[in-house]
Amino acid sequence: MIHWLNVILQGILVGGLYAMFAAGLSLIFGVMRLVNIAHGDLIVLAAYVALVVTNSLGIDPLTSLFLVVPIMAAIGYVLQRGLLNFTLGDDLLPPLLVTFGVSIIIQNGLLELFTADSRKLQAGQIEIETVQMLQGLWVGYLPLIQFFVAIAVIAGLQILFYRTALGRAFRATSDDQPVAQLMGIDTRHVFAMAMALSLAVVAIAGVFLAVRANFDPAIGPARLIFGFEAVIMGGLGSLWGTLAGGIILGVAQAIGAELDPGWQVLAGHVVFLAILAVRPQGLFPKVSG
Amino acid sequence: MTRVEHATRSSRIGLALIAVGLIALMLAPYWSDRATLRLLAEMSTYVTLASLWNLLAGYAGLVSVGQQAYVGLGGYLLFWLAIILGVHPIAAVPIAGVVSALLSVPVATLMFRLRGAYFAIGTWVMAEVFRLIASQLSTLGGGSGISLPAAIVIAMAPSRQARDFEIYWLALGITVITLVAIVALLRSRHGLALTAIRDNEVAAQSNGVDVRMVKFLVYVLTAFGTAMTGAVIFLMKLRISPDTAFSVNDWTAFVIFITVIGGIGRIEGPIIGTVIFFALRETLADLGSLYLLMMGAVAIVIMLWAPKGLWGLTAERLGWQALPLRRYLVTHSVPTRGAP
Repeated sequence: MIHWLNVILQGILVGGLYAMFAAGLSLIFGVMRLVNIAHGDLIVLAAYVALVVTNSLGIDPLTSLFLVVPIMAAIGYVLQRGLLNFTLGDDLLPPLLVTFGVSIIIQNGLLELFTADSRKLQAGQIEIETVQMLQGLWVGYLPLIQFFVAIAVIAGLQILFYRTALGRAFRATSDDQPVAQLMGIDTRHVFAMAMALSLAVVAIAGVFLAVRANFDPAIGPARLIFGFEAVIMGGLGSLWGTLAGGIILGVAQAIGAELDPGWQVLAGHVVFLAILAVRPQGLFPKVSG
Repeated sequence: MTRVEHATRSSRIGLALIAVGLIALMLAPYWSDRATLRLLAEMSTYVTLASLWNLLAGYAGLVSVGQQAYVGLGGYLLFWLAIILGVHPIAAVPIAGVVSALLSVPVATLMFRLRGAYFAIGTWVMAEVFRLIASQLSTLGGGSGISLPAAIVIAMAPSRQARDFEIYWLALGITVITLVAIVALLRSRHGLALTAIRDNEVAAQSNGVDVRMVKFLVYVLTAFGTAMTGAVIFLMKLRISPDTAFSVNDWTAFVIFITVIGGIGRIEGPIIGTVIFFALRETLADLGSLYLLMMGAVAIVIMLWAPKGLWGLTAERLGWQALPLRRYLVTHSVPTRGAP
């Protein structure tokens, strides 16, 4: 009993990470209907940026966030303003194919620079410290921090979306781009800000991913898929829904892995397909795609 | 007198050139060496894959990044049929196609719940599911894969040369049948519907096109052809593993690259694209990951500045079409160029 409780709890905590993968994806889809195929590779890019920052400055990964987040946000702004803005329009193909191209470029660029070797960020003592929840149930500090950071990120995005001028611009552009433009909103800038924000979230997710497990240039697409599954399961457009989706995915994977190590990822996919079959609009839908 | 015609002068010349090229390709085993023949067979499979993806994404608007699901499925079905059930490998190819087409029906039902770009990633998830299931199949080698046993390979043909010829003609035959089928489909009533969907989905729907049905049909047909091609590809390789069979790079990234460069939404595009892709690969492959990096950059540049691809760029300007697909309204006896 306590064993399964443990499995489920670990799944929930990993779910926070998946929710962060998903939040960035959901954010830009909400604002500009762009699905970024390179999202997973950008998470991996953030992990490598953190690797370079921690190695060259000798700081620990969590502190490196103060540098990695602005760096990734700047990359996001430039990427959107300089490239992706030109793909937006009624046609679905250009944004898909261009972000697919970006994905290939990031993967192979990282391969060229850092080789295919597995890397990991070392967070030191904090990695092994635990706290006792119940008799026989211990939880690591790091997964706990990661989970609460995920909640903070989603709450922050929620406030930003519904309480600030930038959030109002995001929502206005999302609802009706031409009218938003007529009201004096520079949509090119708004889109670039949305991508910057998305990659700021990606940076946090990337650093936690890199502390938790090994990474190499090829693992991006799988992260994209996890984020995507969390978005669809949670319901398009709902930020708290992505948290729920991430947790469901994390728990499904944890239970799958417990039954047979080969089933970890497969179990997540199966639960995703099952939810898609019975409730295609997701658990907490807000907008229709 | 007004009537609708498909053919133009350029399409008549185009057809004549295609006929000559096809005869040369059919006779390739007699004029080329072994390496060239293998290359031609591989190119042939890529023309098929890209033509099918083009039909799916370029015409039906179903942008899938998960067609590797059917390449791998076709390959695995071939190995399963040949090794476990003892079916002759050549006979296993169409069976693999039919079984995959049947399996694609429930997949399509599920995937069609996702719209637009989310459909794209959904198909990728499906391909991953197939890959993970394949790596659990211990009878077919699990995660490390399996080779086609020598006895089955030898039983296919009396000599290695005869086997190479057989597989080459099989690959070429599937390509020709696929292209002919696509041309026939596009010239039919459904083709008009597909072209309408390509140009404007909402307008097509309001003019009475059953968009969903047409898309469904195209998805299943594409699965059929893609799986047969996958079966041939792994019959050539004689070895299969989950990672090669369901590779997103080999069976989707390259295929998209070929179609985008050649010209998406045009039947000639994938053929031109394949020739360019292989020319690049033969000259630049030594660069390794830098080569892939350049490929991604070229695809972005083409998508932004020449979204109709190289064929689209030339054809549009000169009014060419290599195949008689467009509909021209003929008022006298002289075909008018321009408006389709």
